[in-house]
Amino acid sequence: MKMMKLTCLLAFTLAAVLAATGCKNHRPVGVTQLPRGAGSTIPEAPPGPTMSGEQSPSGIPLPNIEDINGMAADRAQLASYTVHFAYDSAAVRKSEKANVQAVADALSRDSSAKLMIEGNCDERGTDEYNRSLGERRALAVRKELVKHGIDPMRVFTKSFGKDRPVDPGHDESAWSKNRRDDFVLLHPKSGS
Amino acid sequence: MKKPYSHLLKICLTLSLFAAAGAPGQNEITIQPELKVVGSTKPIPVSLEGFGSDVADVLRFDLYVQGFSFVAPDAARYQISGTSAGSVQGRVVDRFAKSTILTRNYTGAALRRQAHAFADDIVQAITHKNGIAQTKIAFKAQGADGNGEIYVADFDGHNALAVTHDNTIVAAPAWVPGRLALYYDSYKLDNPDIWYSDLTTGQRRVVAHYSGSNISPAVSPDGSRVAMILSKSGSPDVWVSDADGSNLKQLTATPEDESSPCWSPDGRWICFATRISERRVLAKVPAGGGAFQRIPTAGAPNPTEPDWSPDGKWIAFTSQTGDFNICVVPADGSAPPVVLVAGEDPSWSPNSRTLIFTRRTGDRYVLSVLDVFTKQVKDIARISGNDSQPAWAR
Repeated sequence: MKMMKLTCLLAFTLAAVLAATGCKNHRPVGVTQLPRGAGSTIPEAPPGPTMSGEQSPSGIPLPNIEDINGMAADRAQLASYTVHFAYDSAAVRKSEKANVQAVADALSRDSSAKLMIEGNCDERGTDEYNRSLGERRALAVRKELVKHGIDPMRVFTKSFGKDRPVDPGHDESAWSKNRRDDFVLLHPKSGS
Repeated sequence: MKKPYSHLLKICLTLSLFAAAGAPGQNEITIQPELKVVGSTKPIPVSLEGFGSDVADVLRFDLYVQGFSFVAPDAARYQISGTSAGSVQGRVVDRFAKSTILTRNYTGAALRRQAHAFADDIVQAITHKNGIAQTKIAFKAQGADGNGEIYVADFDGHNALAVTHDNTIVAAPAWVPGRLALYYDSYKLDNPDIWYSDLTTGQRRVVAHYSGSNISPAVSPDGSRVAMILSKSGSPDVWVSDADGSNLKQLTATPEDESSPCWSPDGRWICFATRISERRVLAKVPAGGGAFQRIPTAGAPNPTEPDWSPDGKWIAFTSQTGDFNICVVPADGSAPPVVLVAGEDPSWSPNSRTLIFTRRTGDRYVLSVLDVFTKQVKDIARISGNDSQPAWAR
């Protein structure tokens, strides 16, 4: 409690100094203005498709995490269908649709299987921003799979942000490989 | 004990409120003889004599990142001198007033601790403000494989201790205000989940473990609630729960990817990063729920990672234009953002004057401390690999 009081006291005391700063000059000297056009270098994502049967303004709710307890992960089967993304975008590009189709086909063939989509980013964004972007990438492909008729309750997502690059390089060639969704097929353990 | 503090608090609060309003009619209040401006204040020149190199190094670091510069004794505004044989004995002379403003001897603990205590006393004697030399930080230390651990350390990176031993991805430590306890992210259960660790008892528990993302915890000023990003509803949204994860409530419901929530110090608002019309923006939502509104950051594109200063006045954040910059904007939007230095993920010190942030150097991440008034900045001691996502205990 004492520590908190001291902290409060300290905060308010310094508020006075900072506030005084604001009084004197609302346009601080020495401000480096960033180029205003910089935002436009980011490719604009097309508006997301309107889903019929969407259950929330956020998207299609995820299933219970307990539903995949005890399932066996198969990273090999769908390894060649990794979906890649443009910089700072979670839009599924036309060039990636065949891979999404292949994943949908695999799920259709094996109705006992479930899917974990792992979203990843290149190293350029900030940490937590990338963790959210990676999740949005995984969710974007999940949405596509639902359009292919896959039950959303079979599809799970996980974001690694920028922490699991496939290429440790620091150039576009590496970055383009790292902006991706990997697909892990989940099988019921034999006997269960 | 209670009364004098609350009395002082009231006075300070009154001062800051008058000043915050800009109140041109309130001319009875003179707060500071010398007005300071964020990013362009001149450092206070001091000299340093007589200490052994270990203590002198601590004093130099502590004072430099709090807006002091080091000059010869005859050019100094304040002359700091003393000895550190066995223990720290120090003195501060105001050269202009020709008076000794501080004389103190320190005993007990390590020399390093004594030096930090002296640094805080110097800051108090000269600026009449509490210093930061005895504060703590938390951060993540990450290896080349992406796995890491959460650490706590002195604000200068010394005396680091691992909080986790998970050998997996960890992220985003957040302190419980006024307590030795942290929330953070760990993939220990093969999913990005929010965990809580009490550093005093060593107790640990999962706070949020749902499908998808459970990330970016931020503890309310009174410690009773936690804001976080969950994607269970189908998109990364801002949620808030009680401290133990119960009473979960969704605060935003957008198809966009919200990230990095932080609390206003009065506990009324949660600020976060999101997108509006394809533009990355900062916004705030009432902590109890309601419509969210934008925080103006024009001139600092692609804002992320906001942190609200403990005095309520400022929001520090990262702006991305290709590189990353640490920016500060008045929380009420009354002035455009000030771009301070290259870096990302800023966290305010308890006294709302200093920021700790992540700096990319080559292909490594190091933590740096920045005095927002003078823009004086120094890297802190490194643990290993990459250190990032600092959170200042406050």
